Amino acid sequence: MNKVNKLLHHWLLKSVSEKAFAWLEQKQAQIASGAAERVFFTAFSAVPRYLGKQDLQLTFDDLEAAQDVIPGWYPDHWSVDQAGRTLLLLALPYDDAEGYVRSLDKFFSTADMGELVVLYQSLPLLPHPELHRHRAAEGIRSNMSNVFQAIALRNPYPADYLDNAAWNQMVLKAVFVGSPLHLIWGLDRRANPELARMLADYAHERWAAKRSVTPELWRTVGRFADSAIITDLEKVLANGDIHEQEAAALACAESPLPQAQALLSRYPDLQSSIQKGNLTWNSFSRDGLFVYK
Amino acid sequence: MMFIDPHIHMCSRTTYDYLVMREYGIVAVIEPAFWLGQPRTNAGTFKDYFSSLVGWERFRASQFGIQHYCTIGLNPKEANNEALAEEVIELLPLYACKEGVVAIGEIGYDDMTEAEDKYFCQQLALAKELDMLVLIHTPHRNKKAGASRSMDRCIEYGLDPSQVIIDHNNEETVEEVLARGFWAAFTIYPQTKMGNARMVEVVRKYGRDRIIVDSSADWGISDPLAVPKTAQLMLDRGIPEEHVRAVCYENALAAYSQTGQMQASDWLNPQSVDQRQLFNGNSVLRGQEPGIKSVSDYVLIE
Ligand SMILES: [Zn+2]
Repeated sequence: MNKVNKLLHHWLLKSVSEKAFAWLEQKQAQIASGAAERVFFTAFSAVPRYLGKQDLQLTFDDLEAAQDVIPGWYPDHWSVDQAGRTLLLLALPYDDAEGYVRSLDKFFSTADMGELVVLYQSLPLLPHPELHRHRAAEGIRSNMSNVFQAIALRNPYPADYLDNAAWNQMVLKAVFVGSPLHLIWGLDRRANPELARMLADYAHERWAAKRSVTPELWRTVGRFADSAIITDLEKVLANGDIHEQEAAALACAESPLPQAQALLSRYPDLQSSIQKGNLTWNSFSRDGLFVYK
Repeated sequence: MMFIDPHIHMCSRTTYDYLVMREYGIVAVIEPAFWLGQPRTNAGTFKDYFSSLVGWERFRASQFGIQHYCTIGLNPKEANNEALAEEVIELLPLYACKEGVVAIGEIGYDDMTEAEDKYFCQQLALAKELDMLVLIHTPHRNKKAGASRSMDRCIEYGLDPSQVIIDHNNEETVEEVLARGFWAAFTIYPQTKMGNARMVEVVRKYGRDRIIVDSSADWGISDPLAVPKTAQLMLDRGIPEEHVRAVCYENALAAYSQTGQMQASDWLNPQSVDQRQLFNGNSVLRGQEPGIKSVSDYVLIE
């Protein structure tokens, strides 16, 4: 049994009845030994009926263990039915990569919302990860917010496998639908000039409609800011609320341009909190209002 | 008062309807799989339709504070295309166990042909195998005979009358349905089915037990508010409030909650599962109502 399987087993044993667990193990065994697809389908659908839908009770150590197995895997919000369904998914034979992906396509094409969430949040755990790129890009197009979030948030798959175009679409859409950006794994690592430009354009659109923009938007912009973007940051620093000012200051601090540093020096309080390490993107996400509309 | 509309085809209704329905107190709907006005020509369109019933439609409703359930089945009209029907029957097990699927339905007779009978029976067998409820569509023509034969078949296939909802009843069919122990549902639908004033008299005559009111609203001239409006008329005409609550809320809940796929806590308890599914990155939205609460919030586009 692989490490992911072991963890999920361990967590479920703590949370569900013996009878429910026995049912799950029996289905796992049938699926692993090549039972008809109908067995997988009905079992995968029926998991909540047997296991319930309560949250998994994960400790700090459990979450550490998850990170050790797959960096970026952070199942703190997973429920028992999701863990159970993931185990059934991991029981599918996968030696024949093409056949495996064909089966997955079939499951995705008939899945309901709860099932889609499991399928997408399990992508980083599945065999043949490089074969699921197209599928992940598809999940980003979903108009169901929790399906979108299952792939975009607390999921290492996009940062590890998506190309820049799909990645940028995902971040932009997260801003658009009001998702908290700091829950996107690898956000800072995958920042790029094209994304910075698209986000700044988006901010202009919002301003033109007299709407606010989430201050988190500036998080991936600072390092790639040009003088037009510095002018935007100047505006935010002058007119924004405290959270917007903090975000703009952090973005300036990350810019290599002298112009940005000069701008920041006009706000000595913010500058010194950043220098002392009191204001960081992490503290900002923890304390700030990341659920902006 | 809270209402359930246990038979409505939301896929042919607008999002604005959801908004108004919620304002009138509808907390849950059941959408039976049915035909779409013109016959489907391949199994793929059935697959997409079933997927939308358990997927997009369920989600769309939840955004307006309405819980959406459905029934899955091959309807009697389309059972007459046998080559297609065979493929659709194959699809049913893929959907029958999904969350929020409360019954196999709506199945039964339209023309009462041999093909209709064959696939009706196959679906009754599936319901028995999966321990599910059944929703019966009684035919518009030859209704009395169709209703009787539907009930005979259910008994023949080992279903208990308490597991079967017979819908589209009228004054002619109600007695037999109630006498045999089945649930008797009534569709408030202009011209073709039951009217709301007639419904008041049915409840006055037969009481509150095992009677269910629904709208069956769809792409025809029909009213997604038929249940709350009929309830109001009942109250205006002196039907006791407990009886109104029974036929417009409690009986549907009692009938369809039997397999555990629908329960009052789904809409009464804000910590219920679907709320958690709507998580917005963390628990900040727990317990809150959806953003748009009333029609008046909606009419101005800023
Ligand atoms: Zn119908």
